[in-house]
Amino acid sequence: MKIQDSELTSYNFAVSLNSVSKTFGTGDTQVKALKDIELNVRCGELLLLVGPSGCGKTTLLSVMAGILDSDDGVVDVFGVRVDKLSQTKKTSFRRQYIGFIFQQFNLIPTLTAAENVAVPLLIIKTPYAKAVKKAREYLSMVGLSERTEFFPTQLSGGQQQRVAIARALVSEPRLIVCDEPTASLDGDTGKLVMEMFRRTALSKDRAIVVVTHDNRIFSYGDRIAEMLDGRIIAVHTDHQQMM
Amino acid sequence: MLRVALQMLIGDRSKYITLVSGLAFVSLLFIQQGSVFCGLMLRTCRPVETIGAEIWVADPNLQSIDDSKPLLDTDLTRVRSVEGVKWAVPLFLRQVQVRLKNGKFQTVRLYGLDSASLVGRPGKMLEGDSSALNAPESVIIGKAESERLGSPKIGDTFEINDRIARVVGIADVPRDFLSNPYVYTTYDRALQYAPRQRKQLNFILVSAKNGVKPEQVIENIQKTTGLAAYTQDGMRWLTIGYYLKNTGIPINIGISLTLVFVVGMAIAGQTFYAFALQNERYFGALKAMGTSSFTLVKMILLQSLTVGLIGYSIGTGAGCLIGWVNQGNRLAFFTPYQLLLISFTVTLTICMLASLISIKRVLQLEPAVVFRN
Repeated sequence: MKIQDSELTSYNFAVSLNSVSKTFGTGDTQVKALKDIELNVRCGELLLLVGPSGCGKTTLLSVMAGILDSDDGVVDVFGVRVDKLSQTKKTSFRRQYIGFIFQQFNLIPTLTAAENVAVPLLIIKTPYAKAVKKAREYLSMVGLSERTEFFPTQLSGGQQQRVAIARALVSEPRLIVCDEPTASLDGDTGKLVMEMFRRTALSKDRAIVVVTHDNRIFSYGDRIAEMLDGRIIAVHTDHQQMM
Repeated sequence: MLRVALQMLIGDRSKYITLVSGLAFVSLLFIQQGSVFCGLMLRTCRPVETIGAEIWVADPNLQSIDDSKPLLDTDLTRVRSVEGVKWAVPLFLRQVQVRLKNGKFQTVRLYGLDSASLVGRPGKMLEGDSSALNAPESVIIGKAESERLGSPKIGDTFEINDRIARVVGIADVPRDFLSNPYVYTTYDRALQYAPRQRKQLNFILVSAKNGVKPEQVIENIQKTTGLAAYTQDGMRWLTIGYYLKNTGIPINIGISLTLVFVVGMAIAGQTFYAFALQNERYFGALKAMGTSSFTLVKMILLQSLTVGLIGYSIGTGAGCLIGWVNQGNRLAFFTPYQLLLISFTVTLTICMLASLISIKRVLQLEPAVVFRN
């Protein structure tokens, strides 16, 4: 079930969040993870979401990506009111619009690098041979043309994250969400991955949101949104301010 | 995505092998126990099949071929006079004791056949000729279990009720439920071999006239004589029914089969659960990337169907191999196609029930789980 053009509104931002709230639990155990979030992500931008553990970064990322429902507010992603979509339409929305990069890579260990990259194409029913061929092209883009038939366990952490980047890009999504993409990598590999990421993933009609704790990669963000206790407390354009 | 599902399954060698071998074991046990049960039941009616008469007449209180109430000799004449009867001959059938040359005793199934027609004689002779039965003191023995008679050859003798019995032929006769050797002789000589009773005639074998249905003749016999009459098939099922009702075989085999099902469920369920737990992250990632719940359910069902089919094939193959290797020996083993179908259904049911655990977990899985480390 594809998102139809009629369901799109005109948009100025890749992501536009207005008064977004999210609460977990009830009674004494209730936790307000997001409180009246106002945030816009521009097209062609790489936005970093930073803040201490438990401040709501990952929750916000999940709400943007349509894998978690907000309680209140407007979640607009490339003109699609994600907060208004049914679960089935949200699944379709993610298929069409979102690319994911995870801290633990989440590469399926029994598939080769090429097959892992091909998964988003297989999900949209691309024939296997065509999907794997395109996956190999994307692996070449991230410098892994020699490793296409390797299994994840045969790759280093940096190589696995590059496979994950190729997987996030292969279906040409408009919004790429990354959760701590360099947390499992050493400093140099993390920088290499981010350089490659900016080079291959950023374009005028695409936006990238990265949740990170890693201040070594702050320089790769166009803007840095700082969170504390479920709120955006500042948006910095100069990464030096954060160092 | 179905290809991905298969690669996820087969790539996890240890769980894949555990699942397949568990299901193969279940299938093998099911086939083995089921075949033994069918084999035993088939053996109970072997004496009926080896005689091969169209219609059997017996006392109305007959319970099985091994538990008959003898008839009066005059009943034979009465049956012969019934409309639609082409011919009727007597059959003596009783367990008697044979005294072997080494002084030991052995129980045998003694058949006394009508001396003129020899109706009920063995179909396949391995040595000798069935017509030799009319010679004095002559008997034909079945090859199966003949070692319990000291594996006699043609010309050898043993004693039945202090009378000499001389082997004139060896027949290819299958084992029956009691696994006693078969000894064939004429009706009159059988009366001499067996200890005397007031009534000696166990059964009357009847053939219907051409153009008359056996069922019609049976009805005529029952109405005219008050005796019980059965087709060969009716006699088989009467005997099988007797053993089903009066022995512990169905309960014992039933318990075994229930245990097989429970053990199968435990192995498959536990392994599928471990498989689901281990792959939760990947299913979560697939869900986040836009895989629908329906596709995920199809993937899990394909995985379970695959291990089920492979396990069933291996188990059934091994089960049938056991049957083939043991052909002709003491193991009662018969695998009808219905048993294969039941085993197939049981194996797939186990797989489907076990996969429900995975399906439930995956359906309840929030895609946001992928961001939790």
